[in-house]
Formats: sequence, C-alpha cells, structure tokens
Amino acid sequence: MADLAQAAQRAHPLQTGHAGVGSVSVALADNATRVSLRARPDAVAALSKALGLSLPLKPKTTTSQGNRAALWIGPDEWLLLDVDGSSLVADLAKVKVLHSAVDVSHRNVGIVVSGKGADAVVNGGCPQDLSLGAFPVGAASRTVLGKIEIVLWRTAEDTFRVECWRSFSGYAYSFLQESARDVAV
Amino acid sequence: MLLIKCPYCEEERPELEFRNAGEAHLVRSPAISEQSDEDFAAFLYFRQNPKGLQFERWRHIHGCGRFFNAVRDSVSDKFLTVYKAGEPRPDVETLLNPETVSDAEPAKKRAPRAKKGEL
Repeated sequence: MADLAQAAQRAHPLQTGHAGVGSVSVALADNATRVSLRARPDAVAALSKALGLSLPLKPKTTTSQGNRAALWIGPDEWLLLDVDGSSLVADLAKVKVLHSAVDVSHRNVGIVVSGKGADAVVNGGCPQDLSLGAFPVGAASRTVLGKIEIVLWRTAEDTFRVECWRSFSGYAYSFLQESARDVAV
Repeated sequence: MLLIKCPYCEEERPELEFRNAGEAHLVRSPAISEQSDEDFAAFLYFRQNPKGLQFERWRHIHGCGRFFNAVRDSVSDKFLTVYKAGEPRPDVETLLNPETVSDAEPAKKRAPRAKKGEL
C-alpha cells in the first residue's frame, strides 16, 4: 500500500507548461503577425500578388509561402499568419483594390498541440472529424473547442495549431492540457 | 449529434458549429410604412412552426459564418437538403421522391404547405 502511494504521480491543479505526461505536448506558439482579411472574389488576384502567395479558394484549405500562411475561413474571409514583426500589414496596405484587412496579432493566441495522438487531444473538445482523410495536413477550419471558438490548423500529421481569442486562451490552454493528460491515460 | 451539411463548406459538420436562425423565405415589404399593423405583425412575429417539413435559416456561426437555408423535418430532425442563401425554394416533392417525379405526372399527394405572405 505504501509502495503504491509513493509510485502514484500527483498532478498539481495549477500545473503549467508542457503537459509532461504521455506523448502529446501542449505549448504556446511564438508571437505572430495575424491579419483577418475579407475581400470579394474580384480582389483575390491583386491580394495574392501583394502577399506573395495565392489565397486558398477551396473550403478548409490553406496555402503557405515560407513563414506566411493563409487559412480559408469563409467564402470571403481568410486568416493570415506570419512571424512576429513581418511585413504582412505593410504589404496589404499597398493593395489598391477594395478589401478589409484587420491586424489581429494581439487578439489571438496560438497553441501548438503536437505528438502522437494530438488529434485525440483536440478531439477532447472539438467535434470535427480529425482523421487524416477528412482533415488532412494543411487543412484549417474555424470550429469549436469545448465552450469556445477556435481556428484549427493541421500543420503536420501529428501537429495542430489552435488559434483562440486571447481572453479565452487560459481556458483553451488548460483544456488542452487536461485533454492531453486524459489521452495519456 | 446532428451532422449538418454547409453548402459553403461543402461538407457535413457537427451541429455544435451551427446556430438556427428561424424560418426562411420571410420577405420584408418594400413599402413597410403602408403596411397594416396586422400584416407587419405577421411578418415580424408570427411563424408557421409546422409539424413536419419546414424551411429554415441556419448559420454556420463557428465555421464559415454564412447563413444558408435548409429543409428539415421537425419530427425526425432529418435534413432533406441545404441550399445557399438567395437560392429559390426547392420543390419538396422532388426531394421526397427523387426517382419518380422526373417521369411521372406532377404529384398531387402532399402539396407543400401554403405560406402566408410569401413572394
């Protein structure tokens, strides 16, 4: 009995950082430049040229060029991601066609869920089918995680990037850590 | 959980991503000031709420964000079809009997319910 008590690992309720259990790590993504872009179909060509990547037009798809990525969110809506301090906003400011580009760099927080079983960790709160057939590498979609709305992007077979609003980030972070602990068991 | 097809995302998504937005095909009168109070109340407040097939608006609020229309059976919760906002109301007979309607004479059995104030 005493042996069992010594062997059991107790998880602190306020445990932060990596989940530290099992194969899946839940970590904060680096700061990033993010732009919420909305435009009509006739503006897509000019915007693609200015950004240096072709905006995805098919549902649930992404395109990327170097560090810069464009995620299809809706028929006229994209989420653009780039590293912190990039020229994303300046590039868009040069575009003359009608569009709406809002810098949401500090509105969102990115969380990276990676490791074997990352799909199960996200599925702990996200009802979408995350099998590779339905949600392949490079797929991205706005969806839900538990009680909040997120943008989910599969960057590799076992890696997801979760983008949530900053006031929900504490919830999302602890939710995913909890889910990672559950998956590990 | 229901799986609802979004005509903009072109695939079935879980119900949690959607929000029901009431009856579809309600048209606001272009001359609203000349409308009688009864007609305006009918447009604003009174809904059909039928038992059976109904035309509804849905919004893929936690997805692409778009409104679209759907035909749903309010008893079985089965979605017969979904279609983009602005598209015409689909023919219910064709939806219920996809094979027979094309060659047979127009069916008289269950006419689509009559609607008040519909264009």
